[in-house]
Amino acid sequence: MPTITYIEFNGTEHRIEVENGLSVMEGAVNNNVPGIDADCGGSCACATCHVFVADGWMDKCGTPDAQEKSMLGFAATAQENSRLACQITVTDALDGLVVRMPEAQH
Amino acid sequence: MSTEGIVIIGAGHAGGSAAAFLRQYGYKGPLVLVGSEPLLPYQRPPLSKAWLKGEATAESLALRPAKFYATQNVETRLGITAEAIDRAAHTVRLSDGSTLGYSKLVLALGSRARPLPLAGRDLAGVMELRTAADADQLQAALKPGARLAVVGGGFIGLEVAASAIALGAAATVIEREARVLARVASPPLSAFVQEYHRARGVDVRLATGVEALEGANGRVTGVRLADGELVPCDVALLGVGALANDGLAQAAGLDCANGITVDLAARTSDPDIYAVGDCTNRPLPMYQRMFRLESVPNAIEQAKQAAADITGRAAPMPEIPWFWSDQFDLRLQMAGLPFGATQLVLRGEPGVAGFAVFHLGPDDTVLAVEALNAPADFMAGRVLVTKQKQVAPALLADLSSDMKILAA
Repeated sequence: MPTITYIEFNGTEHRIEVENGLSVMEGAVNNNVPGIDADCGGSCACATCHVFVADGWMDKCGTPDAQEKSMLGFAATAQENSRLACQITVTDALDGLVVRMPEAQH
Repeated sequence: MSTEGIVIIGAGHAGGSAAAFLRQYGYKGPLVLVGSEPLLPYQRPPLSKAWLKGEATAESLALRPAKFYATQNVETRLGITAEAIDRAAHTVRLSDGSTLGYSKLVLALGSRARPLPLAGRDLAGVMELRTAADADQLQAALKPGARLAVVGGGFIGLEVAASAIALGAAATVIEREARVLARVASPPLSAFVQEYHRARGVDVRLATGVEALEGANGRVTGVRLADGELVPCDVALLGVGALANDGLAQAAGLDCANGITVDLAARTSDPDIYAVGDCTNRPLPMYQRMFRLESVPNAIEQAKQAAADITGRAAPMPEIPWFWSDQFDLRLQMAGLPFGATQLVLRGEPGVAGFAVFHLGPDDTVLAVEALNAPADFMAGRVLVTKQKQVAPALLADLSSDMKILAA
């Protein structure tokens, strides 16, 4: 199973094994990793699962669609490496992925 | 009996989230989650959409996987309701005859469909949609060719009508007001949504009262309208709003007024009892009033408030209420509430390509936004509402103005 490292804003690291096919958001929520709220349950409606993808991983995470890009464009503290975790599907290629959480999702 | 530990009554989105946040925030003591349904906490929004259309699985519907409750050491007691709270003794009596002691109690009792006192209410085929069991019953009835009549043109009624069409059934929506979504959206948005439904085959009847549900051999056969017409149907869905489940709290003497009265830490009038989600009447600081919100974001926000207060954390930042709905290929996203709004500003022509309606106060403060297939306008609007920014209506309406600059 791919291992994903979630780093909270305060620096706390969570190394989590996430089943292929789940989203990066589900990997966090299913393991009670703080900092990813996922109000809308993964339908790309809320932008409360905003993460920063570590250097070198953006390409492997796929390309955000128009809806996600629009949502991210206005997410607080969005950067070039911002993604919505509910829109990244976990595969073996993401084994070792590191994502960081923003200070707040709202 | 031990009164050490936290008991959560209600295992919906609010109760399930409260359990998760309590553990996230470091609470290590006993934690019991009591739910009236036989299921672990699940997401209700898909019940009228993906779940109804058979596009979701039990796993994807679940809020968290079953093993979560074991690894987080949350004891679940499902298929059980709470019958009475003894505040002096710090105990709750459950429907299985047992009694649980608590040091802190969290009420996450949810809401129920507003009952319609109509003749024929008990006929087979007359349904409500609150639970997964309701949705399963509805799905079984919505076979291709089946005729659905929905009483109430709100979010649930319209979402189910759209799903019914996708399933090959016929749908009629009967709304008492002159437009759909009358309670929750602006006239331009209602106008667009009702015409969109009509264009996809939904028979939308506006300003139409319902007299009775009629049936034969114990099964519903039609909805009799106030003007005497009969809308034939095989299944009737009643979706005319919801009422807070505050009876348990009222019986225990907690302050209630259209829901359990809570503060911004989700505290009730008893210092050891919290309440979260649809069952509460809560302060909306930005709008300086009490209000009852029926939404997932509210359930999560209040779950955080309660968990933070119980564990001695600082209260989370107040959030702006927001809502979403999916119907056909329309995504509606709304933020803020139009209390005190005096101006409606349309951004973009109403159409499936996307548009937004902004609600402004007399001083041009942005109070709420309704965005349809316009996620950027929704996000920008949410920022504007949060910041309580004033924006000239002409600027908002001008599609050449950059929302990023307006929201900055």
